[in-house]
Formats: sequence, structure tokens, C-alpha cells
Amino acid sequence: MTLALEIKGLQAWYGESHILHDMNLSVAQGEVVTLLGRNGAGRTTTLRAIMGLTGRRSGSIKINGIETIALPTHRIAHFGIGYCPEERAIFSSLSAEENLMLPPTLTAGGMSVDEIYQMFPNLEERRLSQGTRLSGGEQQMLAVARILRTGAKLLLLDEISEGLAPVIVQALSRMISTLKAKGYTIVMVEQNFRFAAPLADRFYVIEHGHVVAQFNANELSTKTDELNELLGV
Amino acid sequence: MEIFGIPLAAFLGQLLLGLVNGSFYAMLSLGLAVIFGLLNVINFAHGALYMMGAFLAWMGLQYFGISYWVMLLLAPLMIALFGMVIERSMLRWLYQLDHLYGLLLTFGITLIIEGVFRSFYGVSGQPFAVPPQLAGATDLGFMMLPIYRAWVVVASLVVCLVTWFVIEKTRLGAYLRAGTENPRMVEAFGINVPLMVTLTYGFGVALAAFAGVLAAPVLQVSPLMGSNLIVTIFAVVVIGGMGSILGSIVTGLALGVIEGLTKVFYPELSSTVVFIIMAIVLLVRPAGLFGREK
Repeated sequence: MTLALEIKGLQAWYGESHILHDMNLSVAQGEVVTLLGRNGAGRTTTLRAIMGLTGRRSGSIKINGIETIALPTHRIAHFGIGYCPEERAIFSSLSAEENLMLPPTLTAGGMSVDEIYQMFPNLEERRLSQGTRLSGGEQQMLAVARILRTGAKLLLLDEISEGLAPVIVQALSRMISTLKAKGYTIVMVEQNFRFAAPLADRFYVIEHGHVVAQFNANELSTKTDELNELLGV
Repeated sequence: MEIFGIPLAAFLGQLLLGLVNGSFYAMLSLGLAVIFGLLNVINFAHGALYMMGAFLAWMGLQYFGISYWVMLLLAPLMIALFGMVIERSMLRWLYQLDHLYGLLLTFGITLIIEGVFRSFYGVSGQPFAVPPQLAGATDLGFMMLPIYRAWVVVASLVVCLVTWFVIEKTRLGAYLRAGTENPRMVEAFGINVPLMVTLTYGFGVALAAFAGVLAAPVLQVSPLMGSNLIVTIFAVVVIGGMGSILGSIVTGLALGVIEGLTKVFYPELSSTVVFIIMAIVLLVRPAGLFGREK
């Protein structure tokens, strides 16, 4: 079976700064993978590099077996990728609903607006509000919801639990479980290990722009010490 | 009948003239606003492209006998195409740089375009007759209304309002607004932003050309008609707020009217009043009347 995402020897730069050094990782269809690591280790840059949002890139990024390293950003999304950036990128000149409807449909089978409003009732209530007037939690739901509408089956989620109230974090956690059960492939960047631990099938630990360790979910209990050391907690 | 010692007919006449000028201001600053929003480029070539629009209409009629009405559509399309070539071949490379570079490039393009037209046609204006369907004036009872001037105001209002509606109320407009805010993210959603940028520039300069064709019968068609106007247009854009859609429409019309009325009440000030308002607005609201503070 082809991998949903396969990254080999990826290098990426922002201007003169060389951020990713020989990054290698792979994600199978339907797998939930979490990228762990300290701030500045290169996890966000990995997601951005997949979308072509960094500066220069080299190496190989295959999505469903197709090489995308040379493609412009707007072509990459059409392989069925939904990207939710750390800063959420809710548009202030658009209403909540316009934000939700903005990303074009990529493939059939995305969530309908009704399903989304069922999952996140707050978004329906506030659909006419200016996007950035929503609370932090609502903006996060919106940032995730808008990529679920597009039919994207590979989701790149950057720190979606960051800075949110526990009740919202729980809601997001339930959502990831639901998506996983539906067969979505998810790559998460998470600082919040407690959030990621019960959800992910596998973990990559990233440091200085490359992978330094990887674990399966069932190895977690035996590798806690090693993990704590790597993450510096 | 008199208002503040001014005959009503003279007052209304100037008001209409102000509205006509304001219509040109509105259309031109609207194009600038749309372009600046998405491209981050201060399009100094706007005046020259407006002039080219007027000249295309004149040339179409003069050399090929193509009517005003056909040129009203054809000239904006041709200028849009010309603009898109400029965007693809030159402007594109400047987006990452300071505004100044885009301004300098488009200023250079302006000099070239104006130079070419000046060497062929000199600086004196070419007359352009009002199309027969819109010739003459109608008596409203309290004033004579030149039909062509009324047409200019109505046509530009319609174009401005349609543009506003498309940008603020439609899905296409949502792409444009989102692209203005965060183009990389919009691209990450799978929208071809580079194409959108090219089309937006084409649309912005098409508005200028449309204004140029509308202006041809009112003002003289001259290679310098753009540079006469562009400084005032920039003042309008600054007053309205850089990049604001509604701001540029309202401010354009309002300043045209204010300028017109100044001609009635204190003619000496009429060519300066826009800049006085600009200075005051910059002091009180540096982001412009409709602009958002960054």
C-alpha cells in the first residue's frame, strides 16, 4: 500500500537559515502521527515544507506516492491535504462562515456544513461574526473545520491544543478520534504530550531539523524516561 | 434663486462637475486600492493607463471608425491584457521588496508610455465628440443637465458598486480579501494566487481604462491627462485609506464634490483643497478615513 506521506532527505531553508537537515519520515494511510520536540526543533517547518511554504526546499516529499517537492503551493493542496497552521490564520476581513467556506473543495466526501455545525455548534451561532472576533477556541475549531469541509484526507495540524481551555482541548481530542475512526491520515505537531499520547499511533522526536527517535504508541510506557530527556521536560 | 449669494444654476452646475470628477477619482482610486491590497504595489502607472484607455477610444474612432460604445468595452480589455503582461514580466519580481520598488518601476513605465504618446501626438489635446446617443442636455426645470455628464456619473457609480459587491459579498471576493490578508495561506488551500494576482492587476487597470474612455469626451484626450490626474488620485487614496474598497469610492466622489463646490465659493482654493484635506486627515487619522490601523 502506498504511504500517505513519505519524506526523504528533506532540507528546507528560510532565507539564509537552514532549518531542516535531512528529514526522513513516513506516514501510512489512516495513521495518526505526532511530531514531538522542543520549540525551534523544526516541527512546524516540516509541516510548512510539505505545503511548500518555506523558502528553498530539496529532497523528496511524496504524497500518495507522487513527488511534490517541485510543485507550487497551490498545486500541493489538491493532493488532498488540509493544513491548519499554528497561528490559525483566521481571516479578519471574512466572517466566520466565509472563513469556513473559503478553502475550495479538493475531493468529494468532505464534511458537509451541517455536519460541521453539528460538531461545533458555536461556529453556527457565530457564523456572521468577523472571523477574528471569535474566541481563541472558536478560531481553532474554525481553522480545523474549514479543512474538513474540503475533503482533504491528509491533515497537517500544528499545535491545535495550544493555549485552549481544557474543555475545548477535550472536544478537539474527541474530534481527532472521530477522524481517525473515519480513516483520515493525520500529522500533528504537539507540545502538549498528554493531548497527543492517547491519539497517536506513532511519534517522531525531532531535534535540530531532523528525526532523532521514533516510538510506537505501545512503547510509550517503557520509553518515558528517554522521551522526557529528549523533550527536556 | 440663490444659495449663499450664488445662483442656483451655477451651484448645481459645479456640483455636477464635481460629481463627474469625483466619478473619475472613485474609479481610479478603486483600481489602485484593489491592486495595492493584493499586490502591495503602488501602481503609479495608473494615470498612464487611464490616458491609454482614452487614447484607444480616440484611435479606434479616428483610424478604424469603431464607435465609442465598442471601445468602452474593448479599451479596458486591451489595457487589462497590457497590464497583465506588465505584471507577469516585471511587477512579479518586486512583491517581496519594499513598496518603493514597485512605485519606481511603475513610475518608469509611466514615463515610457507618456513619452511614446507625446512623441506621436504632441501635448495638445485631441478632441473627442460626445457619442450622438448622449449628446445635448435635458432641461430639469431648475437646471440644464448635460446628458453625457449624467451618464458618466451613473456608469461609474454602477461600475464601482458592482466592484464593491463582488469584492465584499461573493466567494470570488472572499478569495481576494483573504489573499490581501495572507496570500500564502490562501495558496495553501489550493487557490492559484499568482493567477489571481495577475487577474486582479488586469482588472484594476481595466477600471482605469474604462475611466479613460468615459473621460475622453469630457476632457481632452492628451498624453498628459493621466499625470494631471494621478497626483490628486493618490491624495484621494491617502484620504480614503490605502487599500480600502468602500473608502476609495466614497472618498473619490466626496472629494470631487468638495472640489467642485470650492470652485463656487472660493475658486482660488479649488486646486489645493484636496491636499489640505489630505494633510488634515494624515494628522488626525494617519491610516485614512476608512483605513484600518496596522
